[in-house]
Amino acid sequence: MEQQQITESPVFTLQDLSVNGLDAINISMDAGECIAISGPSGSGKSLLLRALADLIPHQGEAYYNGQACSSFLPTQWRKQVGLLPAESFWWEEHVGEHFAQQCDEKLKALGFSTDVYNWLVSRCSTGERQRLALLRLLCLQPKVLLLDEPTASLDQENVKAVELLIKDYLQQGGMVILVSHDRNQIQRLATRHFKIEGKQLVEVSL
Amino acid sequence: MNVIALTPWDLTMAAGLMLMMAVSSIWLRLGLGKQIIIAGLRTTIQLFLIGFILKVLFEQTHLGWISLLAMVMLLVAGREVMARQKRRFGGWWGFGLGTLSMFVSSFSITVIVLLVIIQNDPWYQPQYAIPLLGMMLGNTMTGIALALDRLTDSAWQQRGVIEARLLLGHHWRIAIRDMARDSVRVGLVPMINAMAAAGLVSLPGMMTGQILSGTPPLEAVKYQILIMFMITAGTGFATMGAVWIGARRLFDERQRLRLERISK
Repeated sequence: MEQQQITESPVFTLQDLSVNGLDAINISMDAGECIAISGPSGSGKSLLLRALADLIPHQGEAYYNGQACSSFLPTQWRKQVGLLPAESFWWEEHVGEHFAQQCDEKLKALGFSTDVYNWLVSRCSTGERQRLALLRLLCLQPKVLLLDEPTASLDQENVKAVELLIKDYLQQGGMVILVSHDRNQIQRLATRHFKIEGKQLVEVSL
Repeated sequence: MNVIALTPWDLTMAAGLMLMMAVSSIWLRLGLGKQIIIAGLRTTIQLFLIGFILKVLFEQTHLGWISLLAMVMLLVAGREVMARQKRRFGGWWGFGLGTLSMFVSSFSITVIVLLVIIQNDPWYQPQYAIPLLGMMLGNTMTGIALALDRLTDSAWQQRGVIEARLLLGHHWRIAIRDMARDSVRVGLVPMINAMAAAGLVSLPGMMTGQILSGTPPLEAVKYQILIMFMITAGTGFATMGAVWIGARRLFDERQRLRLERISK
C-alpha cells in the first residue's frame, strides 16, 4: 500500500456517476485537490456526496486509485471515502466512545483538549458536535473527504481552525469534495469549482 | 367429566351484561359502542365456527385436515402481525417475514412437544395439537408484532444514527445492533412478565379451563407450566428470527439503509 502511493499518486475518479436525475458526471481529481460544489438547495449536492460514499443507490462508478467502489467492501470504501454529513449524529453517552482511535494532535488543532473524550455528548453545542464529527471522521484517516457544509454552524474563529485542518489534510495528499454556499470559503480552499445548474454539473471559475 | 353445560339462556344473560356496557359507553360518548358490539358478534361467530370445526376434526383425526386448519391459523396470524405494525415492510416481505418466523418456530416446537413430551397416538391428535398450536401462534404473534414494530420504528426514528455509523465504516450489523437487541427484548418481555406473575396475579387461561372441566389442579398446573415454557421458547426464537431477517432486509447488498422498503 505504502509503495503504491509513492509510485503513483492517488486519484479519485467519478465515471458517468449520476444520482436523482442529475446528468452523468465525469470528474477526476489528484492528490491534494479540493473540488467545491455549489448550487441551489435541493439541487442534489448532498445526494451526490451520499452516492460517492455509496450510501444510496446510484448509476455510474467512483474509483479510488483505479479500483471501483463496487470492488471494495462497503465498510472499507466508506473508511477510505469519508463523508461528513451536514448534521452530526451520536449514539453513545460520551464523546470518546465514538472515536475508533485517539487522535490528540488534530483535537488540539480544533481547540479541544484530550479530556473531550470524557465529555457528555448531550452537553456539547451544535458547533462543538460539528467539529467533533469532523475529528471522528479524520481519525479514520480517509483518503478522500466529502464535506457537506462543514462550517455551517461555526463561528468565525472555528471556521478558520477547520479550514486550516482541511488545508493541512490536502497538503498531506488528501482529496476533498466540499459542498459550500460560501464563495469566499470556496476561494480559500478549492482548486476547482463546480456548480449545479439545472441537471448539469458545470465547472465555473473560482 | 363434570362440566356444567351452558344453555343459550346463560350466554344471553352474559351478552346482556356486555350490552349494558355498550349502552353506557354510547352514553359516555367513548365512541366504542359500535366496536364493542361488532367485536362481541365476531367472538360469538368465530368461536362457534372453530367449535364446529374442532368437533368435526375430533371425530376424524385426519392429518390433512389438521394441517389445513393449522395453515389457516398461521396465515391469519401472519396477517395480524402485519396489521399491527405502524411501519411495515413493503410487498410480500410485510406478510412473509412474520409468517415465516412464526411457522418455523411455532410449528417445530409444537411438533417436538407433541412427539417427545405428550407422545399421543397418533401424535397429531387434534385435541392436543390444535389448542397447543393455537396458544403458541397467539403468543408468538404478539411477540413478533411488537418486536418488528419496534425495529422498523426505531430504524426510522434513528436513521441518522444508523447512517452516521455506516459512514464511519461500521458493518450494518453493528449499526443496527442496539436497536435489534431492543426489539427482541420488547417482543419477549410480555411472556417473561406473564411467567413471573403466573398464579400470583391471575390464573392462566388454559389452567382455569382445565380446572373448570374437572381436571385435578396439579395436572392442570403441569400442563400450564409446559405451555409457558413452550411459548417462551417459541416466542423467543421466532422473535429473534424475525428481527434478524427484518434487520437484514433494512439494508441492501452494499450495506445501505433502505428505508423505502418500509412504508407507513
